[in-house]
Amino acid sequence: MEKRVVFRSRWLPWVLIAPQVFIIVAFFFWPAAQALLQSVQQSDAFGTSVEWVGLENFINLWNDETYLASFYTTAIFSVSVAVAGISLSLMLAVFADRVVKGALIYKTLLIWPYAVAPAVAGVLWLFMFAPSVGVVSYGLRAMGVDWNHLLNGTHAMTLVVMAAVWKQISYNFLFFLAGLQSIPKSLIEAAAIDGARPWRRFWTIVFPLLSPTTFFLLVINIVYAFFDTFAIIDAATQGGPGKDTAILVYKVYYDGFKAMDLGGSAAQSVVLMVIVVVLTVVQFRFVEKKVNY
Amino acid sequence: MASITLKNVVKRYGFGKSTNQVIHGVNAQIGDGEFVVVVGPSGCGKSTLLRMVAGLEEISEGEISIGQRVVNNLEPSERDIAMVFQNYALYPHMSVFENMAYGLKIAKVPLDEIRARVDKAARILELGPYLRRKPRELSGGQRQRVAMGRAIVRQPQVFLFDEPLSNLDAKLRAHTRLEIQKLHRELGITSLFVTHDQVEAMTLAQRMIVMNDGVMEQFGTPEEVYTRPATTFVAGFIGSPPMNLLKNAPDAKPGTIVGIRPEHLDITAKGWSLNVDALEMLGAERLVYGRWLHGAGDELVIVRCAEDHPAPELGSTIHVTPRAGRLHAFDAATGKRLPI
Repeated sequence: MEKRVVFRSRWLPWVLIAPQVFIIVAFFFWPAAQALLQSVQQSDAFGTSVEWVGLENFINLWNDETYLASFYTTAIFSVSVAVAGISLSLMLAVFADRVVKGALIYKTLLIWPYAVAPAVAGVLWLFMFAPSVGVVSYGLRAMGVDWNHLLNGTHAMTLVVMAAVWKQISYNFLFFLAGLQSIPKSLIEAAAIDGARPWRRFWTIVFPLLSPTTFFLLVINIVYAFFDTFAIIDAATQGGPGKDTAILVYKVYYDGFKAMDLGGSAAQSVVLMVIVVVLTVVQFRFVEKKVNY
Repeated sequence: MASITLKNVVKRYGFGKSTNQVIHGVNAQIGDGEFVVVVGPSGCGKSTLLRMVAGLEEISEGEISIGQRVVNNLEPSERDIAMVFQNYALYPHMSVFENMAYGLKIAKVPLDEIRARVDKAARILELGPYLRRKPRELSGGQRQRVAMGRAIVRQPQVFLFDEPLSNLDAKLRAHTRLEIQKLHRELGITSLFVTHDQVEAMTLAQRMIVMNDGVMEQFGTPEEVYTRPATTFVAGFIGSPPMNLLKNAPDAKPGTIVGIRPEHLDITAKGWSLNVDALEMLGAERLVYGRWLHGAGDELVIVRCAEDHPAPELGSTIHVTPRAGRLHAFDAATGKRLPI
């Protein structure tokens, strides 16, 4: 049942896809090619002298302790964001699926955070948790927690994870809700007649049927934590205190634009590029296979 | 095994002004081991009734008992029933074996016994070679049998069937109908079977409930329902083509409707005169559509005659006579059957 338009003209199809091609080339391929080129070059801070250094930038990276530390930070950050984001949104979606009255309001409110720009989200959370004036840190202090993400690395990490999770929950929620709604009601009813209580029904029927969605979201959330959280971190902690929240993508920015090590920064970009390619391949390989129930 | 008793069962949706009552006080006593079919057009409340027995819908008013127990407030799992769904509702991520064993595992039946029971059910339903397969690797008919198997292994007191044959093609449906009959003979479990298909209802039922608009119109054996329909609705719903329900038959009393099945009208030399309006050849029989010639209001009268009977010509006049004892009379206002 494939619908296909056959163009008589030779050039019309090319004209029609030209805007898309232009955008992809100008904003994706060209910068990527630039990064690849720069990663094998060394240039001074002003860009006046450029020297070919081969793989030296990459070798330097592996000998750089702060880079490896950043890997570790990123791992902690992205796993926390993915796990917390997925489990919270799954919980919310299960609740939303049961709500009968006011379901629309509930769902709309849950989707709102997605419309907030990442930097704004970072600032929002920054205010709430500001050690001196923040409303949450005030409450925490009342409970005996001396909150200060400017000094305490764990606090800072918690803050950016919360902000990043909050921002991503809407997206996960939508997918889980759609997934839940595509499970036929009669399956749940059959399980109820078979004697399964709600908790057991969830873990033996609903959760396995959601596993393609969950896996898809896992990959998407890791990619999100790796790349799209830059603005949150920049607004909330700027990678600090020290380098405790400087994830890989933040380090790319810092080393390139603050420390002016363009070659090293480009090499880090290339490493990130490889990671995202691997994640995408994994995604297509496994998700496509598992979806067809 | 158990009987099922429905006492004044009512179902309402919504509250206050927006209340929508879909079942209006159904009373029925289904005997132990009986096979009862609930039949009616779509939207008549037959599935809702079944789901109330299953415990998937709340009972707004009245009482349902299975055996000696009132089940109104029992969970589906506590009612000792098994249900076969229209879309089969097989767990797609589990193998056929796991599908059938799921309920037993939850009931903490020992593994040896689970295996024995599933194997037995698989043997009865000829599912042996497919136990390791996933539902998506099975044909429609096989899936239907797995759904039956899942019901059988639980050894419930009552089987509930919610249009289990409507997703099968005609040939398979006829075959599965026979299988269900055989299964019921062997296991003798009380069964409630919902369908919109009158052929299914007539062939499977020991007794049938005919429903319309949330009201039970008749509860009786297929023979009773066919030969003595309680209302004009039943008369028109059971039988194909349906019974002629005539307001203007020559000898009708005012305020009554005369009913006569097309197969109980014979073309004779004298009798009711009809103008032949249309003809349909169905193979073994022929349908003749006629209109009154005695000057009363216009009505279509269907006559069913054997294929070897000479066909009347279109536009010609024929005479028909109802067979003795086959006339029915109904009250025109209430639609209820009147004594002849």
